[in-house]
Amino acid sequence: MDETAVLLSRLQFAWVIGWHILMPAFTVGMASYIAILEGLHVVTGRDVYLRISMFWIRIFSVAFGVGVVTGVVMPFQIGTNWSRYADAAGNVVGPLFAYEGLTAFFLEAAFLGVLLFGRKLVPPWAHFVAALMVASGTLFSSFWILAANSWMQTPAGYEVIDGRFFPKDWIDVIFNPSFPFRLAHTVTGFYVNTGFVVLGIAGWLISNKRSVEEARVMLSMTLWLLTFLVPLQIFLGDQHGLNTAEHQPAKLAAIEARWNTERSFPLALFAIPDPANETNRYAIEVPYLGSLILTHSLDGEIKGLKAFEPDDRPPVAIPFFAFRIMVGIGFLMLALVATSLWLRYRRRLFDSPWFLRGSMAMSPLGFVAVLAGWVTTEVGRQPWTVYGLLRTVDSVAPSLKGGDVLGSLLAYMAVYLIIYPSAVLIAARLVRNGPATVPVPVAPIESGRPSAPVHVELLQQGKSL
Amino acid sequence: MNTLSLVPVWTLILGAGIFFYVLLDGFDLGVGMLYGFMPNTKSRNIVMNAIAPIWDGNETWLVLGGLALLAAFPLAFAIIIPALYFPILVMLLALVFRGVAFEFRFRDAEHKTFWDRGFSYGSTIATLAQGIMLGAFIQGFKVESRVFAGSVFDFLTPFSILTGIALVFGYGLLGAGWLVLKTEGEIQDRARRYGRVCLGGVLIAILLVSIWTPLMSDAISKRWFSWPNILVLSPVPVATVLVAGITWRTLNGASQSGTFIGAIGLFALSYSGIAISLWPMIVPHHYTLDQAASSPSTQAFLLVGTLFLLPIILVYSGWSYWVFRGKVRPDVGY
Repeated sequence: MDETAVLLSRLQFAWVIGWHILMPAFTVGMASYIAILEGLHVVTGRDVYLRISMFWIRIFSVAFGVGVVTGVVMPFQIGTNWSRYADAAGNVVGPLFAYEGLTAFFLEAAFLGVLLFGRKLVPPWAHFVAALMVASGTLFSSFWILAANSWMQTPAGYEVIDGRFFPKDWIDVIFNPSFPFRLAHTVTGFYVNTGFVVLGIAGWLISNKRSVEEARVMLSMTLWLLTFLVPLQIFLGDQHGLNTAEHQPAKLAAIEARWNTERSFPLALFAIPDPANETNRYAIEVPYLGSLILTHSLDGEIKGLKAFEPDDRPPVAIPFFAFRIMVGIGFLMLALVATSLWLRYRRRLFDSPWFLRGSMAMSPLGFVAVLAGWVTTEVGRQPWTVYGLLRTVDSVAPSLKGGDVLGSLLAYMAVYLIIYPSAVLIAARLVRNGPATVPVPVAPIESGRPSAPVHVELLQQGKSL
Repeated sequence: MNTLSLVPVWTLILGAGIFFYVLLDGFDLGVGMLYGFMPNTKSRNIVMNAIAPIWDGNETWLVLGGLALLAAFPLAFAIIIPALYFPILVMLLALVFRGVAFEFRFRDAEHKTFWDRGFSYGSTIATLAQGIMLGAFIQGFKVESRVFAGSVFDFLTPFSILTGIALVFGYGLLGAGWLVLKTEGEIQDRARRYGRVCLGGVLIAILLVSIWTPLMSDAISKRWFSWPNILVLSPVPVATVLVAGITWRTLNGASQSGTFIGAIGLFALSYSGIAISLWPMIVPHHYTLDQAASSPSTQAFLLVGTLFLLPIILVYSGWSYWVFRGKVRPDVGY
């Protein structure tokens, strides 16, 4: 086994999935937001919801297009680089991945077309139904892919025959111990992320006096949503943490950089973990807080890293810092939401320049939090691909040499570094144009099907320029 | 417990899925390659419009094919995919690049020729990679204790290069057939001209592959030339000659749809030829479909949803082709 091939394969997977996950992190929430807007338009008859929806549908389809293109790469990674894992776990995770693909295809084929092109072809309620179907399609996709991911974290419902996993009970496989928590925490995270993107762009539009009426509706509506979602997300994160403590104690110990099994332990706000000496340097700690947060009692105990064989421990520094970045952003978000309530009470929500600037500055942080959370959970799963059962080093295709993977990794890097900036430029132009400010005549039908999601934009943009 | 084996069902689904992919993405990759030979922006726009509404749907079959292979035949997936490490990488990146070139061509007026090239080169490279994969697959891989044991460059052989070039001509023929169907006037004349070249290339390639393959493998040679197989299977080459002749006539006549149908016929015959040669192996020389299949529970679990979703996907895809029937007009916005 070529150690370099293992390391580079991990980096390559991190690279392609890290970029890919940014798209669903936005489109899952955006699909629901569009469905809500379409619903409000049907119910209230107010045109402003329609204009906001049309604005976001354009941006949604850019992200969806990039998500599709980068999604094509993902299933092949499991074969090209992780073939031992595919052979060992394919019987269990294969159908979960396949259902994700089928759901995505079904959604793409059947309802996205109506959402993007069908406004004139179908009555408003049918358009609303199409939006609802796209939204639930993205949620079904999340369901399946997170079921697969959670099974790798907390495997259940399987039996091992000749070193390979076979399904015993599909309900147990899908609803494995960490799945409900991961699904709730991830999807809510995606919603919060989308909310902050909308918030930032609404703030920018208001600051620049563009489409102000529409931007105010966006800002106010999104802040109400976030007032509910951000605290909920913090609660869900806490529950997910308790679940991790129960099922993946080594991961939890790494996240908190706890080396010793202790009661009434402190919380490390900052530290430089030192795995060689099994200790932390420069630690800043708050007494008892660790016990309180992780066990919900002052004298609670968690297992320290020393309780696990060195070979079975995950890296410490990466989950430790990634987790703190995620949580830090979460509390910044909470602070912003709290501020918004106060400003709303003072009726200054739309004309506090510093608040609008703050909203803009926070806008991309949701993406950072999603990536940090993903890094926490995936690096924390190491050194296993199937937790406690199949090691990462035993999952890589044995034919691979370090140089091969280096070549492919560099190629993926080059291509993704062309695609993503280009997509961001397109989206930025759409944002600058802003939503229409007068009742819009529905655009003529160019075609009856979504061609590529991305070029819809190009078309509409070309016309408005 | 005696359960009914679902392996035949999944063989059918996977076989049909791969064939759909080859035909559907085949013609739009072919159109992408011919796109590079179009003389001016106007003709390029028309050619692009001939596939604009449908190409991305076609590509989705690739994902479904890959995932169906993983779920229904995980052992085959675990051996074949790493053995094709670099062709798959090149194919994926070419497809990605081609996909965005599609979009950016309209956005980025200054770099039109750059994205134009990206589109036709991307299409050609993706096709070549797929053809090389096919050749490497037919030749088979080195396997030891359930894993691919060769090197990542084993795929590169004279035979796989031949099949790579063959597929370029094959997709080119499909693309030319599609353009004959969807365009008129000067572009159609060009499509017929390119179609003749591609058909010539395809026929030479089919001939070479048909001679080479049985020479490579005793099993394949026995499959075709032993008695009574030679009698039972003789319709395949005979039909190939007939279909080739008819396709040639449609290229020189007035038929609008004949070339495309003829090209589909040639692909169907070649596909069945490969299937006959390899049956019942899914990892040639090593594992049969039954041996590589996932557990009955796995196949049953996925089949439930597939039988519900797949017909809907097929009907919807068919409908979207129906919506875009007829000739492409130059003024259709895109």
